[in-house]
Amino acid sequence: MNRQRKEKLIKIIFFIFALISIIILGMILFSLFREGLPLFKKISIYDFVFGLEWYPTADTPLFGIFPLIVGSVIVTIFATLIAVPLGVLSAVYISEIAPQSIKEILKSSIELLAGLPSVVLGFFGMVVVAPWMQETFDLPTGLNIVNASVILAIMAIPTISSISEDALYAVSREFKEASYALGATKFETITRIILPSALSGILTAVILGMSRAIGETMVVLMVAGGAAALPESIFDSVRPMPASIAAEMGEAPYRSAHYQALFATGIVLFFMTMMFNLIADHISHKFKQVGSGTL
Amino acid sequence: MNSISKAQNNSMQWRYFKQKLFFSTVRLSALIIVLTLGGIIFHIVFNGIGVISWDFITQYPTDSMTKGGIMPAIIGTLYLTVGAISVGLPLGIVSAIYLTEYAKQGKIIRIIKVGINCLAGVPSVVFGLFGLGFFVVFLKFGSSILAGSLTLGFLILPTIIGASEEALKSVPQTFREASLALGVSKWQTIFRIVLPNALPGIMTGSILGIGRAAGETAPIMFTAAAFFTSRLPGSIFDEVMALPYHIYVLATAGTNIEQTRPIQFGTVLVLVALVLGVDLIAIIIRSYMRKQKRW
Repeated sequence: MNRQRKEKLIKIIFFIFALISIIILGMILFSLFREGLPLFKKISIYDFVFGLEWYPTADTPLFGIFPLIVGSVIVTIFATLIAVPLGVLSAVYISEIAPQSIKEILKSSIELLAGLPSVVLGFFGMVVVAPWMQETFDLPTGLNIVNASVILAIMAIPTISSISEDALYAVSREFKEASYALGATKFETITRIILPSALSGILTAVILGMSRAIGETMVVLMVAGGAAALPESIFDSVRPMPASIAAEMGEAPYRSAHYQALFATGIVLFFMTMMFNLIADHISHKFKQVGSGTL
Repeated sequence: MNSISKAQNNSMQWRYFKQKLFFSTVRLSALIIVLTLGGIIFHIVFNGIGVISWDFITQYPTDSMTKGGIMPAIIGTLYLTVGAISVGLPLGIVSAIYLTEYAKQGKIIRIIKVGINCLAGVPSVVFGLFGLGFFVVFLKFGSSILAGSLTLGFLILPTIIGASEEALKSVPQTFREASLALGVSKWQTIFRIVLPNALPGIMTGSILGIGRAAGETAPIMFTAAAFFTSRLPGSIFDEVMALPYHIYVLATAGTNIEQTRPIQFGTVLVLVALVLGVDLIAIIIRSYMRKQKRW
């Protein structure tokens, strides 16, 4: 085999391996569909997505996941509300204000926070935060929306902070210098020049943080309380989709309607996070800064 | 004249006051993050250190897991982690080599990158469903080390691709040009020049992947993890106990949840020490490498 053909062959082999991520996505869809879609021979997609009652083990089982979707959405929104200010401001601190030594400490802390296993945070929420919250606010249970949102926010902060930080670093030096030259203070430069320039990157960070929160399993499984009903207050328990899947799969008989319904819930979850990621990808790609002249 | 300079002075004072206020808020948010991490770790160490002993990490659990050690869970997590990295590392490195060394900017590379981002966003519980539907059911591996390792390996793939890409890109272009100018073929250049120089970077990225794999719970719940095993696994087709799942089981479904609290904290401490220890090693190696860089 001559050298050029060998090179070409190697390139093709590498290309096939590079497709692995797409292939895995295909395999994921294939197995979710194979195990989950048969459910829709038994009930309609509308009844599944918008059904208000989730009683998978009753005599006449009901598979309405609307309360689970609401549970997922609500904890994600609250977690985002907590995580975005903390994540973005800490990124501003790291990239614009902090002295070198504090910067190193803070960056390592955020990286270690990202490294904490979700089961550990779930355990912390369940064993430490929940009893405290129950006692302090005199609640029937400490396992509720607020608790789950706080713990989810802790998980989302590293994602939001590190991606925002990259976006802030990418703002070109000339912008800042021009602003200082006009007599703007550092605060004015940050809020009027740097943050607006980095906005698309920060938006990407927020969406990816939300995607992380909506798909997170162990925290909502251990801390959200598990009530599959529409919540009436922020101190009610909910049962987000990942919690439902993780809690019930062990008991659902193989290829029963319940088992299929859990896979179908996985399909919904998959497409929701997929949508978040595609939007984030679109934003970061579309507003990619190409040199300082294009803004 | 006097009043004008006074007004200017006032507005300057006001502007610096706003800046001060903003900086304090930013510092506070950074402080909250560090304190959260510190608080969680302190709480775990404080409550868990009491049960840590040689016996705790080398003995089997006894009395239906209310006493004894956690050795099989530690061994199981090691097996799963080694399995995951053996799957994820080769695939990830080859993928990254194609993306940095061969692919030209264009549609295909864009699609592959979107695929990698989407894979990174797939919720861990959906990976669990995928592992169950594909490896356990479709390929008939059963709940086993093999199924769990493959699932975890695919889960950490995007992390490894990202780290490897970063490391490959940081090798200066002149190294490649020098090698090609000597008449060395492209793939020899990659294997003899680019890869060795990128290896430390690839390794740190992979270490972070190891930390991730060791701490995940949801992907192994239905694919590999056993409630309790009385012996160590004999082959890759056996189920194993794993630290994260052991924590979940003890905290939510154990025989006496309140009484085994110390054991739970001890197990959490072992997992956190393992995962953060591994992450810390990666962080230290990386900052050391940055200082050592010769180019």
